[in-house]
Amino acid sequence: MDNFFTDTPDFKFHLKDPIVQKIVKLKENDFKESEEFDFAPLNHDDAIDTYEKILEIVGDICSKIIAKNAESVDLEGPHIENNEVIYAKGTTADYKALHDAGLIGMSLPRKYGGLNFPLLPYVMAAEMVARADAGFANIWGLQDCAETIYEFGSEEQRKKYLPRFNRDGATAAMVLTEPDAGSDLQAVKLKAVFDEEKNTWILNGVKRFITNGDADISLVLARSEEGTLDARGLSMFIYDRNDHAVEVRHLEKKLGIKGSPTCELVFKDAPAELVGKERFGLIKYVMALMNSARLGVGAQSVGIADAAYREALKYAEDRAQFGKEIVNFPAVYEMLTNMKIRIDALRSLLYETTRFVDITKVYEEVKNIRSLEKEERMEMKHYARLANVFTPLIKLTASEACNRIAYDSLQIHGGTGFMKDFPIERIYRDARITSIYEGTSQLQAVAAIKGVTTGVFLEQIKKYDAEILDKNCEIRTKLHKMTEEYGTIVQRVIDMDSTELIDFHSTRLVEMAGNIIMGYLLVINSQRDESFTKSARLYVNLVRSENRERFDYMANFRLENLEMYKEVDTTVLEH
Amino acid sequence: MRPLKIIVLAKQVPDTRHVGPDAMKPDGTVNRGKLSTVFNPDDLHALELALNIKDRIPGTKVTILTMGPQKAADIIREGYYRGVDDGIMISDRRFGGADTLATSYTIVQGIKKIADYDLIVGGRQAIDGDTAQVGPQCADKLNIPQVTYVEEILDFNDTQIIARRRLSKGVETVSSPFPCLMTVHGSSPECRSRIAKNVMRYKYARTKTEMRKGDPVLEKLHKKRPHLVIPEWSVEDIDADINKIGLAGSPTKVKSVSSIVLTANESKVLTDSDSDIEGMIKELIKHHTIG
Repeated sequence: MDNFFTDTPDFKFHLKDPIVQKIVKLKENDFKESEEFDFAPLNHDDAIDTYEKILEIVGDICSKIIAKNAESVDLEGPHIENNEVIYAKGTTADYKALHDAGLIGMSLPRKYGGLNFPLLPYVMAAEMVARADAGFANIWGLQDCAETIYEFGSEEQRKKYLPRFNRDGATAAMVLTEPDAGSDLQAVKLKAVFDEEKNTWILNGVKRFITNGDADISLVLARSEEGTLDARGLSMFIYDRNDHAVEVRHLEKKLGIKGSPTCELVFKDAPAELVGKERFGLIKYVMALMNSARLGVGAQSVGIADAAYREALKYAEDRAQFGKEIVNFPAVYEMLTNMKIRIDALRSLLYETTRFVDITKVYEEVKNIRSLEKEERMEMKHYARLANVFTPLIKLTASEACNRIAYDSLQIHGGTGFMKDFPIERIYRDARITSIYEGTSQLQAVAAIKGVTTGVFLEQIKKYDAEILDKNCEIRTKLHKMTEEYGTIVQRVIDMDSTELIDFHSTRLVEMAGNIIMGYLLVINSQRDESFTKSARLYVNLVRSENRERFDYMANFRLENLEMYKEVDTTVLEH
Repeated sequence: MRPLKIIVLAKQVPDTRHVGPDAMKPDGTVNRGKLSTVFNPDDLHALELALNIKDRIPGTKVTILTMGPQKAADIIREGYYRGVDDGIMISDRRFGGADTLATSYTIVQGIKKIADYDLIVGGRQAIDGDTAQVGPQCADKLNIPQVTYVEEILDFNDTQIIARRRLSKGVETVSSPFPCLMTVHGSSPECRSRIAKNVMRYKYARTKTEMRKGDPVLEKLHKKRPHLVIPEWSVEDIDADINKIGLAGSPTKVKSVSSIVLTANESKVLTDSDSDIEGMIKELIKHHTIG
């Protein structure tokens, strides 16, 4: 089966989650769009069938074109020619294949040329593309910017920019980072001034580490309020490449995702359009854009993990040592099975998170058409709260896990894996960025810790617990024990009354919650599909001991220890 | 350049990559019910060739034509998914059991009904029979030029089309006046993928016979969107002579079918020593394999 969609039955499973019914109905405005558009679904089953058929196209292109080009794209990379970024040949071919198949702007409304897909199938497509070529996944995934223009742009801007995605295959970029504004975007300096004479905003300044910086349409974060120094002086702008007012000064040389151009840009009196309101650039629009991007990195990480797992499995089945295939050795099959169960768990969390974001977003859209009922408003608020903490949770856990899985996969390849002969060497390098960009793992923990301290995670865990049908099963008892430990340790850390200590333990606490959540999700999955039973059992066993370790560490951790950690030993630098 | 009218001949074939034990009936014909079906691979290349011309000459119209049982309507839908303008299905129980002669007769009757065309393209051959005869027979019956083994369309103008042929010993560039028929070689570009919106738009395209199952939702939809009705032509529709179609029109009779298992020939193991390699080279020259 040469198709990344049909060879992964999990996708169809996750499309069948009961809550998807609601998402699709709201997204399709009760299927009224089929009156206006002859390619809109007639009912729920029709919509799901359509998603599956379209994802099959994505899976086909991933397997036949993108995965095949990945090696040459990694070798060739992009370059600058006459102030223009020229992609590797394979990248151009990949993008053309997806554009020709009408797969750019998948989640945009139909009136702007899109397919009006909910996020769920779109994120599935992103996972497949990342499995085929993680670097290329960035270029394709930046169609998220179209979503931001749709959400916050004026109707005029929507009409002007959005149809270009599906029709012309326009590419996009999020132009945020500067030399002195990386994780801390409040420090952005790029200057935006309104020119009364030309009746346009003008941008001047330097941006760095910009993925796909020479895109057709860019969303630029710039300082529009002179004299301000914080987030409230920043606004968001659309820059159109056709204005030729940006110099691509430099392309970074990178460890991985080499096919994706990372640019240093100089804006020279570049005309730009304001998106939404002034001063809301960072606090509202970039936050929304970043959340989509974080979900995107979650999908990318699961795709990379899956690619690494499949490479390891293939190699372990083929490679014989000491008279048998290495898959038969305990050390190897343990790694392989752990990869598999972790991927099952991560994918469950990824699509659970996506559904939370989806519901929140469709209610936002419905709000444009009619006011929400009280019940709907409550529901929207509930899912928005979940989405806010689940998004950094999936970004953190999936990116860390994909690095570990790539590490183990390379390990299974042995010396061969260290050479350039097998794809794992590239996958291993590509994995590394996922826990860094769009907010490092450490920053995801800072965002997700709210789910720990406000009790959102625990509340959701209890909801999952109620969904387990066999109230007396062993696995439920284990999850109860884990939840109890989690509750105890969270309380203990909070009671120590030190925000610095909470920061210090944040990754541990968030990961504990994540492990319990993924354990529950696998058990709930196994109630609908037996193929998850093994993963559920083994995963809960595995993370139970991992959580226990974290519990012990935190239970024995005293505030004095924190002080000792704080005094970082710098003597080595003094010589 | 004026827009062209292109007919693509395509066939649904058994998926010979997944053949089970009961793939053949005792009488030596293919047991179609037991095999999954696919779009004949060479015909997909032909479809790409036609769509590529459509890309290059705006306004060009591509019609896909297939003959087969009802299930073959999948071919028409697949054509729509990838960008054809029209599809026509020739289907009637009486066409069943046709050999290449009866098939080409039937298809030509269909083409005559379409009447207006500049170019007919089809795959070089179908993987179920591997005869490569139907295309050339159609050209002969239509009395138009034929170009076989086409790999690429190099150029065209209002009166002629220039193509490169892939032959066993090299390539050949030929020109042909319109109208003409081409059979397309598997070395030509792979067919483009399905187009998302087309899949969404045409997934409910059905023939009248398929609609007989009675689905009220689809019936309503077909009334509203006439482009979803796949025209279906019977023996009468194409004015076919009953003696020239189906089994009656097929002089080919299968005498017997035997199962042949291909076994490896004797092989030799060579070391990388100079003497072994020299010996192999001498032997290959002696048997005229190289040299």
